Amino acid sequence: MSSMPEAFPIGPALSVKGSGQPPGSRRVHGAEFRWAIAFVLPYVAVFIAFVLYPFGYAVWMASRPALFAELITDQLYLPTVVNTLLFVGLGVNLKMFLALLLSGFFLRRGWWVRALLAVFILPWAVAAAQAAVAFHWMLIGQQGLVDGLLWALFGIDGPNWFNNRWLALGSDIIAYIWKWLPFWTVIFLAGRMTISQDIYDAAEVDGATGFRRFVHITFPLLANLYLICTLLSALWALGDFITVFLVSTGGPALSTEVLATLGYYYAFELGNPALGVAAVMSALPLLVLIVIMLLRRLQLSEVQL
Amino acid sequence: MTVALAAGGPTGRRYRLRRVLTEAGSVVLALILLIWSLLPIYDMFLIALDPEEGEIEFDGNIWPPMPSLAGFRAVVTQEARYLEDFWHQFGSSLYIGLATVVLTLLIGSLASFAVSRLRLGKGSLLTGAALLTYAVPASFLIVPFYRIMDDYGLTGSHWAVITAQVAFAAPFAILILQLYGRLIPLELDDAARVDGASAVQLYLRIYLPLMTPALAIVAIYALLLAWNEYLYQAVLLSVRNMTVAVTQGQLFEDVDAPYNAMMAAAILYVLPPIALLFALRRYVAASLTMAGAKG
Repeated sequence: MSSMPEAFPIGPALSVKGSGQPPGSRRVHGAEFRWAIAFVLPYVAVFIAFVLYPFGYAVWMASRPALFAELITDQLYLPTVVNTLLFVGLGVNLKMFLALLLSGFFLRRGWWVRALLAVFILPWAVAAAQAAVAFHWMLIGQQGLVDGLLWALFGIDGPNWFNNRWLALGSDIIAYIWKWLPFWTVIFLAGRMTISQDIYDAAEVDGATGFRRFVHITFPLLANLYLICTLLSALWALGDFITVFLVSTGGPALSTEVLATLGYYYAFELGNPALGVAAVMSALPLLVLIVIMLLRRLQLSEVQL
Repeated sequence: MTVALAAGGPTGRRYRLRRVLTEAGSVVLALILLIWSLLPIYDMFLIALDPEEGEIEFDGNIWPPMPSLAGFRAVVTQEARYLEDFWHQFGSSLYIGLATVVLTLLIGSLASFAVSRLRLGKGSLLTGAALLTYAVPASFLIVPFYRIMDDYGLTGSHWAVITAQVAFAAPFAILILQLYGRLIPLELDDAARVDGASAVQLYLRIYLPLMTPALAIVAIYALLLAWNEYLYQAVLLSVRNMTVAVTQGQLFEDVDAPYNAMMAAAILYVLPPIALLFALRRYVAASLTMAGAKG
C-alpha cells in the first residue's frame, strides 16, 4: 500500500482485459453512473476503514526514529530478521520448486494418480492452527510420533526438535511446506494443463524428452507463472504468524521468532505496541520491493497475452 | 505415441526397462507423498482416539491398542476442560465464516459489476488499489486493528473479526470476478437495456446467475480464510465470543490439558471445509485452470 504510485501502471494494464470497453463506445448515462458509484461505495468504505486507516495508523505508530534505535539494540531483533529471511527464503523456494516438480507427476493419467491427488490436497484443507498443533505434538521430542517412529523403525534416538534453534526453525519450515505445498502444486498443475500437447509432440520428434523437455519447454513456458506465484507466496509467508507461533512457539528461548510473531510478542506480552508495530514495519522495504517486482511481472504477462 | 515407435524395434527392450524403472519410481514417490501428507493427520487421530486424557506419547503401536471415542464423546457432550462451550464456540466460528462469505460475495460482486459491466471510468484503479491490500500482510496490522476496533466500538464483537476478514478477502473476490466476468459478453447487458432493464435488474437477473461458478470459488476462498484465521480471532474477540480455532492455542499453557478431546475437537473443526471443498470440487478445478491460464 505504501507503494501507491505503483498502482498507476497496473491500472491501464488491468483495464485492457478488465472492462473490455471498445474505444469510443458511448458514455455511461446518468442513472447507470449513479448506480455504479453506489455499487462501488461499500467496497471503497471497507477499503478506507479497514485497509488504509489501519495501515496509516501503523505507519504513524512506527514513525518515531527512537523506536528503530531500540529495535536494533534489542537482542531479539537481529536473530529474528535472520529467522524471517531463512523461513521465507528456504520455505518459499523449496516449496515452489517441489510444487513445480510434483505438478509434473500429477499430470500423469490413471485413477490412482487422481486418488493420490485427493489425499495430497488434504493438508491445504486442514485449518492452519490445527495443522500447526498436530506438527507440534508430532515433533515434541521422544514422546512425539516422529522420534517414536525413528526409534521403532531404525533404532535411532531422535533429537529434541524444539531444543535447538536450527532444528526448531527447520520444523517450522517443514510444517509450512506441508500446509501450502498442495495449493501451489495444483496451481502449477493447472498451468501445465494449458501447455499444448502439440509443442511436446514436436519436441519429441526433435528428440527432446524427460529432463531436456522440462528445461527447454515446460520451464520457459511456466517461468512467468512461477515467478509471480513465488513473489506472491513470499508476501504471504512474510505474514505467516501461525506456523511459528504454534509449531516451535518461537522457542527455545525466543530464538526462532519471525517478525510477525516478534511483533505480537512485543505488543501483547511485553506491552509495548509501538515497538511491535516498528518491528513488523521494518519489513516494509522488502515488502515494497516484492510488490514492485510483482507488478512488473504482472504487467509483463499482460504484454505477452 | 511413443509406444508405437519403440515397441518391437531394437530399442524395444531398453525402452521397456526404462518404463519399468519409471513405474517403480512413481510408486515409490506415491508412497512417500502418501506418508508425507497423512502423517500429521494420522497423529491427530492417534491422539484423539487415545482413551487417556493426557496422552500424546507414541508407544510404538501403529494402531492404538485400545482406540476409544472417549475424546470425541467428551467434545460432543462438552464435558472436557477448555471445551465446556464447544458448540457455542463452533457456532461463533460458523457465524464469522458465513458472515465473511456473504459480505465478501455482496461487496465484491457489487464492485466488480460496477467496474466491468457498468463501465465505470477509472474502475481499473480500484482493482489495482484493491490488490495492493496484499502488500502488507494481515498479521502485521494486528496492533492498529486492535486500536481501531476500539474507535469503531467493535472490540470483542464478532464483527471486529468479520470486517477485517472481508477487507482481506474482497480484493481476491474482485480480481476473480473480473477475470470471470470477461467471459460473459457485454452485448447481453445491452440487449437487456434495450428492453428497459435498470442497473439493479442487470445485476440481479443477468450478472449474478451467470457468475455462479466464480461466486462459488469466492465463497470457498472466503470461508477457508476465516476458518484458517487465528491471530485476529485470538486478539479481537472477547471470551464470550471465542472461536474453536483459538481454543487450540490454549493447549500449550497447560500440561494437564485433555489432549484427546482437544484433538477430537480439532478433527471436528477441520471437517466442514473439507466437505465444502469436496462438494464444490468442480468449481475449484475450473477456477484453478483459469488461474493457471493467466500466467
